[in-house]
Amino acid sequence: MTGLMQEISNRALELGVPLSVQLDLTYRCNERCVHCYLDHEDHGEMTTAEIKNLLDQLAEAGVLFLTLSGGEIMLRKDFFEILGHARALLFSVKLKTNAILIRKKEAERLRTLAVHSIQISIYSHRPEVHDAITKVQGSLQRSVDAIRFLKSQGLNVTIANALMLQNIRDYPGVKALGEELGVGVTMDPTITPKMDGDRSLLALGLNHAELEMVFRDESLIGNAEEFCAPPPKVTADDLDSLPCSAGHTACYVSPYGDVYPCVQFPLPTGNVRKLKFLDIWRDSPRLNEVRSIKLRDMTACSKCSHGGTCTRCPGLAYMEGNMRGPSSQDCEKSFARTGIPSANLLSRKPTLAELIQIQSLPATAGAAASTS
Amino acid sequence: MNGKSYIARSSQIASRLLGGEMVIMSAGDPRVFSLNEVATVIWEAADGRTPLDEIIANRICAEFEVAPQVALKDAEELVQELSSQGILLVSDQPIVRIASSPRETP
Repeated sequence: MTGLMQEISNRALELGVPLSVQLDLTYRCNERCVHCYLDHEDHGEMTTAEIKNLLDQLAEAGVLFLTLSGGEIMLRKDFFEILGHARALLFSVKLKTNAILIRKKEAERLRTLAVHSIQISIYSHRPEVHDAITKVQGSLQRSVDAIRFLKSQGLNVTIANALMLQNIRDYPGVKALGEELGVGVTMDPTITPKMDGDRSLLALGLNHAELEMVFRDESLIGNAEEFCAPPPKVTADDLDSLPCSAGHTACYVSPYGDVYPCVQFPLPTGNVRKLKFLDIWRDSPRLNEVRSIKLRDMTACSKCSHGGTCTRCPGLAYMEGNMRGPSSQDCEKSFARTGIPSANLLSRKPTLAELIQIQSLPATAGAAASTS
Repeated sequence: MNGKSYIARSSQIASRLLGGEMVIMSAGDPRVFSLNEVATVIWEAADGRTPLDEIIANRICAEFEVAPQVALKDAEELVQELSSQGILLVSDQPIVRIASSPRETP
């Protein structure tokens, strides 16, 4: 974050202004990605009028950075009407999309509407891998075509490459594809549990060795020695620091009007169909509880050597059962990056009793001694 | 700047008032701009129809303790800077734009 941007964030924090909001317009999607955490059925999306009214309220509340995401945003027939309204309210709009419905005409409209940036999910440079993840044949080609249309309009495009078991070997190819297309590439090994709490998707996440490989690849992280250095001693300032912007200067609104601290933090704090956005933002007891949490209040993390440098996601911690607890995915990342296990991982180290299990030999002839 | 000059905000920008100061971003550009309280008044008055000297006389000198010549000189420097960054349009004629989507002001 640049100095001025940091200053603006600090000012927003002091003033209690929600500087950034992600609004998911729909959970419906035209892809069926294997790692997606959403329920794609429509359970009563906000209408066009409701969304426009919400955007009016967000502008009034001081929101500048608006991310429109989903689901697939282009599935909403009123998408351009909503986007036009957002731009008329002078939001800096970022779009997250798979882009398979974006052709030349749509790209031209996005340029006219002066969208700030467009993030497009690409899982692999190989169709057989990307299309297997999205479960839509031809989806890679369509997304890449869309990137070319958008670039031809001079738009700012980024590829988002979610890393998982299915595509871990392909990120160099995605990076090369980004270079060929003239767009930046971001990579993220985070897998999010389903919103209903089902954690089965986590099995798709990278294992320790794969995380180590990613965190030591200097083409991604720069200087490996610096990036993977042991964490510095945790300071008093670190202990008083806030976990992240979720609930402080940022929040998330679902297609049904539910307000959460973040898209990855499904703690319900109110619904804009029943309450004004600002009333939820200022007065929700749950949001205020989120805001009260500092590193020193956290059970395991306050005693962890990674406390000052960890990328701990409070939403993932919440989904793990305790918003003041650790996020094990981030513990695994800190461990893979530095080789030093977190306090949480150390506390889970198996005891001798768990390492050796003894069972009586079955009374059958010829059975070998075994443990189970 | 000689004679009348007219200023209008670019339609490519995003902006929001934060604690009395205007934060501005331009589409596709990672840079962010922050205007102080006085510059914010000029920015908000940049409707393309009101000459800059009138903005200075009616808005700046009326609200802040500053001599008109000093204020105009500072404002011209600000306008040139914002114009060079592509976030403000400057013309010696009123700037008339046909409102399209997105709704533009003016």
